[in-house]
Amino acid sequence: MTTTEDTAVSPPPRAAITPRNLRTDSWMRGPILTVVGITIWVVYATFRVFYQGDYWVPDYHYLTPFYSPCVSEGCIPDSAHFGRFLPDSPLIPYAAVSLPFLLAFRLTCYYYRKAYYRSFWLSPPACAVPDGHAKYTGETRFPLVGQNLHRYFFYAAFLISVINTYDAILAFHSPEGFGFGLGNLVLLANVVLLWCYTFGCHSCRHVMGGRLKHFSKHPIRYRLWTISSALNNRHMMWAWITLASLALTDFYVMSVAAGWIDDLRFVN
Amino acid sequence: MSTRTFQVWRGDADGGDFDEYDVEVNEGEVILDVVHRIQAEQAPDLAVRWNCKAGKCGSCSAEVNGMPRLMCMTRMNLFEESETVTITPLRTFPVVRDLVTDVSFNYEKAREMPAFRPPADVKPGEYRMSQVDVERSQEFRKCIECFLCQNTCHVVRDHEDNKEPFSGPRLFIRAAELDMHPLDDRDDRRDQAQDEQGLGYCNITKCCTEVCPEHIHITDNAIIPMKERIAGDRYDPLVWLGRKIFRKGKRPEDTTAAQTKTE
Repeated sequence: MTTTEDTAVSPPPRAAITPRNLRTDSWMRGPILTVVGITIWVVYATFRVFYQGDYWVPDYHYLTPFYSPCVSEGCIPDSAHFGRFLPDSPLIPYAAVSLPFLLAFRLTCYYYRKAYYRSFWLSPPACAVPDGHAKYTGETRFPLVGQNLHRYFFYAAFLISVINTYDAILAFHSPEGFGFGLGNLVLLANVVLLWCYTFGCHSCRHVMGGRLKHFSKHPIRYRLWTISSALNNRHMMWAWITLASLALTDFYVMSVAAGWIDDLRFVN
Repeated sequence: MSTRTFQVWRGDADGGDFDEYDVEVNEGEVILDVVHRIQAEQAPDLAVRWNCKAGKCGSCSAEVNGMPRLMCMTRMNLFEESETVTITPLRTFPVVRDLVTDVSFNYEKAREMPAFRPPADVKPGEYRMSQVDVERSQEFRKCIECFLCQNTCHVVRDHEDNKEPFSGPRLFIRAAELDMHPLDDRDDRRDQAQDEQGLGYCNITKCCTEVCPEHIHITDNAIIPMKERIAGDRYDPLVWLGRKIFRKGKRPEDTTAAQTKTE
């Protein structure tokens, strides 16, 4: 990354203030925590996506969200609810039809944009702290103008959330038929949190009703917009919670699938 | 009561430096009280712009310990007793003298903004709007034009050359206010925002929202909705296709505006 000391914050006719920023609070904490949090998650997710094992618990039908929908020829047949049509290759994730869209959905998310523009790209690292770059064109040019495609990735993420919900419902299973254990609570909690994040997305808010000029003519869409807006108020919180819930859900399923722990069963 | 140390930037466009003042501070006082005490007791020629001292006129914008703030709304109990507090003018605009800056950039950008235009056949006094239709715009009317958002926006704060193509968050909320206004008759607000105001420069890092003393959700409620509307107009092939098939080239909102005029 190229950074610079040559930004416009001090030269005349502006006040000739020598220090480039005068903040005395811990403004670096946010960007550092963001870098650490996102890096840890990306390393873990990358490892799990290409690990291609311990993603399915046959007795209870737990499928980790990192492998949903499982569509590779390498998938365990029972875990492949939508067929197996992708070639089995160590370079192709088993859920290769969903993961790129989920990645793009998060990459173009308005919250994550703020997070990585500040922490990874230093543009700016914090408010009233100089931009790390001498030139700035924002999201006016390729490739960043592509951030406007967020809505499409939202549509895809919406469908994938439906699939995750379907997986969570199918997981009420045991060798005796219906069953219910701690894993079900984990999968359900993850799905609920994913919906909170997805339904609070800025694009969803726009699609639900934000694009309208006259709410009074569209009461149902206005109601949907208010729900989406309420979730949107905490979009950053949902963004981080769902990163954690995805990783924890995956880890729980992996732990049970690998035999490291037994699932705590409430019914069957 | 305690004595605190302040560093106040003194100077003009030709140069300047920090002057240090030890000032008595009483419980409940704000930074502007301290500046007035410095004026009264130590530096009668210290230039500062202020008016209401109630956070409503937007005059006393400055930077306190590097953060853009209204001096009249910054309480002294935010700072440790042993802490030296720095007070500087807004760093994005040309300095006039000491803590006073020339904020005419914002007025020039405001003049470039097309005004509210009601439907031609609706006369003043005949405007009828539902509360639910206008409450989004009303949030933006809370703006006191302190220009802290304009000052903290890195697009112009750190890149002087962007001042020409970029109007800044204060004008973006004005654009959103009018684009969401149920009686505004113009259909080029989004094009104006993208092409004339430089909305695409904004990378939604939310500093404008962080410093707004009126707690307007500038980014979430104005900038992002405008970006989404523009994305719908320009970058969404499904919307484009749907418009071609069902609306014969008209945006859905244009149709709605036309319906409103006839009601």
